[in-house]
Amino acid sequence: MNSCPELLRPCWQGFFRADEDEWRGVTASLPPDGGQGLRERRMRYPYFPGCTLRAKARGFESSALASAGALGVQLDELPNWQCCGATFPLQADNSFSLVSPARTLASARKMGERLVTLCSACYNVLKRTNHVMRTDADRRDKVNAFIEEDYRGDLEVVHFLEVLRDDIGFDALARSVKVPLGGLAAAPYYGCLLLRPADELAFDDPEAPHILEDFLSALGCRAVDHPYKIECCGSYVALEPGDLASGPSRMVVESARTRGAQVIITSCPLCQYNLDISQQGARGHSGVGVPVVYFTQLLAIALGLSEDVLGFEGHVISPGPLLRSIGAMGSEATA
Amino acid sequence: MRTGVFVCWCGLNIGGVVDVPRVVEEISHYPGVARAVDYRYMCSDPGQQLIKDVIREERLDSVVIAACSPGMHEATFQSVAASAGVNPYRCEIANIREQCSWPHQNEPGEATRKAIELIQAAIEKVRGDEALSALSIPVTRRALIIGAGIAGMQAALDIAEAGHEVVLVERLPHIGGHMAQLSETFPTLDCSQCILTPKTSEVGRHPRIKLLTNSEVESISGYVGNFTVRIRRKATYVNWDLCTGCGLCTEKCPSRASSTFERGLVKEPAISIAFPQAVPHKPVISAEACGHFTKGKCGVCEKVCPVGAIDYQQQDALFEEKVGAIVVATGYDLHPKAKVGEYGYGVYPDVIDGLEFERLNSASGPTQGQIRRPSDGKVPKEVVFIQCVGSRDQENGYPYCSKICCMYTAKHARLYKHKVSDGQPYVFYMDIRAGGKGYEEFVQHATEEEGVLYLRGRVARVFQDGDALVVFGVDTLSGKKVEIRADMVVLATAIVPASGAKELARVLKTATDQYGFFSEAHPKLRPVESLTRGIYIAGCAQAPKDIPDTVTQAGSAAAKVLALFSAERLSHSPAVAAVDEELCSGCGVCVEACAYDARTLDTRRRVAVVNDVLCEGCGACAVACPNGATRQKNASRSQVFSMIDAVVG
Repeated sequence: MNSCPELLRPCWQGFFRADEDEWRGVTASLPPDGGQGLRERRMRYPYFPGCTLRAKARGFESSALASAGALGVQLDELPNWQCCGATFPLQADNSFSLVSPARTLASARKMGERLVTLCSACYNVLKRTNHVMRTDADRRDKVNAFIEEDYRGDLEVVHFLEVLRDDIGFDALARSVKVPLGGLAAAPYYGCLLLRPADELAFDDPEAPHILEDFLSALGCRAVDHPYKIECCGSYVALEPGDLASGPSRMVVESARTRGAQVIITSCPLCQYNLDISQQGARGHSGVGVPVVYFTQLLAIALGLSEDVLGFEGHVISPGPLLRSIGAMGSEATA
Repeated sequence: MRTGVFVCWCGLNIGGVVDVPRVVEEISHYPGVARAVDYRYMCSDPGQQLIKDVIREERLDSVVIAACSPGMHEATFQSVAASAGVNPYRCEIANIREQCSWPHQNEPGEATRKAIELIQAAIEKVRGDEALSALSIPVTRRALIIGAGIAGMQAALDIAEAGHEVVLVERLPHIGGHMAQLSETFPTLDCSQCILTPKTSEVGRHPRIKLLTNSEVESISGYVGNFTVRIRRKATYVNWDLCTGCGLCTEKCPSRASSTFERGLVKEPAISIAFPQAVPHKPVISAEACGHFTKGKCGVCEKVCPVGAIDYQQQDALFEEKVGAIVVATGYDLHPKAKVGEYGYGVYPDVIDGLEFERLNSASGPTQGQIRRPSDGKVPKEVVFIQCVGSRDQENGYPYCSKICCMYTAKHARLYKHKVSDGQPYVFYMDIRAGGKGYEEFVQHATEEEGVLYLRGRVARVFQDGDALVVFGVDTLSGKKVEIRADMVVLATAIVPASGAKELARVLKTATDQYGFFSEAHPKLRPVESLTRGIYIAGCAQAPKDIPDTVTQAGSAAAKVLALFSAERLSHSPAVAAVDEELCSGCGVCVEACAYDARTLDTRRRVAVVNDVLCEGCGACAVACPNGATRQKNASRSQVFSMIDAVVG
């Protein structure tokens, strides 16, 4: 466990470009009645995938895009997008790290008024950069001069969870569920990037968040409350040799497992990686592993979408056996 | 005109920057100046004598004092001038300290020039000053006190004992405030009810205290000495004149409401008396819970009442009272539950606040004084007390210290040990602030004699795990993370202003600070006066404070009211607005401009008029008047223009 190259590889080595045909292929595979009446009021937003969703977390994106389509939301990938910046620079005199996310924001603003993200890290960096561009005239002018834009922070950066909550509504989402998850005990894991700093992100109550719980209830799951749901997973310390990061990650997994969680959901690729891989050594002790999946993967299952979009691969604790055992996925041959 | 100019050195405050001898030299040649003199401390007795002597020697008719702000010594010098025969409104202050020597300490040359110009402007002003005499207004020697907690009751008793009538308004059905909810009080551990009930009964029976409970102040008009107050007495649905307080209705009532007095720990009948020693000892029907009002069915209390006191048709009643002074004693609330998500406050039943703990510990409380936790009635063996919940927390709460929590948490921990001797109390604290007579000793007793474990650090999270509350914290003295499996958690939540305080401040036209506590006129020297004359503040309405401080402040507010009532009439500055009725077109712009309701339109004569005693002399109407009909006495247009000329000309 000494490297996680795809998570950290700087993505400005090469630009990604959305493959329109591929995207259409995903939406075309939806069941014709997916999303029911929601399809009629189709919502369309610019969308920023981020590098990890094209590397380590492909299943996060494919399940999200397919679910969005089924719910009547079209996510239009930004053309020529580049790295979000990966971490928000905390030095007040470092404006250079804002260049990449600001360029993304400026180009998104030309496509619409809201920008949808999936990855917690991208959400955090883009929303905080947007806050700087909106409120700090000096840094805004400096960055704008460099990227040759006149972007003033008048875009709203939203997480896909917010689209589900505010645009679709969890009640409507519950009505769209095709495969109720039969009280599956799922532990929400927020990590840090979705919630803090609270005044800039204004995403949910930073101490007692409930958006993932509400989401799980809508899918027919039982949300398992646990004390480590907003604690740190160990973050990039995972790249250092030794047990520094696996300690916190194991605490998170244990706090969920001992309270009866069968699965943990997250929206952060780094959290997913850390929580999952921390169980590599511990599996022998506890006997049972807890699979860690993206919230969109459970969503896609509940919406009855094709298993092709789930993209479960490379898990230390595979979610397959659990989901098959509750009838949420077909037999191994078809999975 | 014969004007005398008196330039003060104020030691080095002015003299160290401004070249005072040069100022005197220049000013003595200014037109109209009979003599200019300087003195080291003009406000001292010899300085005052100097002014009087010069006035007499030079037969002066006006005086300019160049010294500190008029806020400091205007009254002193006006009375000096008057005693030597100069009209006090022909005495002007040139502020050459706060507005000159202090801000220009590094540019003495410029400061000297500015001092000269400020004095010249004052000379120009005094040249146009009329000789006025102070206005005199009558005083209604009757006080209104808003809030009947320990602060309001103490002020009411002090004023009533001195022989004046008091109208005491309380929005709850009973008096006593939060102190009635407390079990014991620090640092003596005497029973709160035992020391409170003598006061509540005295208030209840005092011939000069008119007690209006279940009532709120709706509006206030008038001014110091002459306020008119409208009070709404909310319907109780019980005719208190008939009711004997026998309690039969409460026994038979089939409906239940959450008890506010018991902090929601228990349900009480929809018709009830909050606690056994309540004054007045009369019940109130909660219309939200009562079967008669919610379902239109029940009438049990009406049937059982032996004196026919139940009155479902009762309406709110409006009263009007005339008073001369007002004491605001509206008290406090605790930081709301919804804002402490990390401790599961409001979610986990065994996470409670300090007042809930008081009720658990009270002999008349829901557990008859046994410490039993709300969820299952079990006696908690491990109790974690967390201090500074919302206080001293700039990010999630309030930056201020709530002042009483260190003491009441130590009290709670000790009372808990007295009742559960094999239990373990833990206290998480940031600092122990135990300033007060006998306070530090009280806390030391808790830590050294009673086995209360104090941990210096914050709690990050409280989490329900089966039967227990898991407390994740840190002990910063040992540098270790601490995890405690507790049976109950008590939060010392921040003191916040009582709900409605800001609205009341608007009604009273007085100021609050950014948190909603009423602002005092001066933080050190006028701590019980509000910024509005005739309105005083006492207790936690002004800032968090304990019972001894509250009682002290209430007595002080009462003393201020009594001082006000000691005079037959009050004087008011005559430097107010006046109207030239020949010029006035009755357009009403002045009425809009006035912040004090001092300007009105005489619709019959179609001219604007000034209510002299309401006018604060701010000049807003004089500036707003489009045709110069309104004039500010002793600050006329010609005076202002010649002052400007003196400075820039």
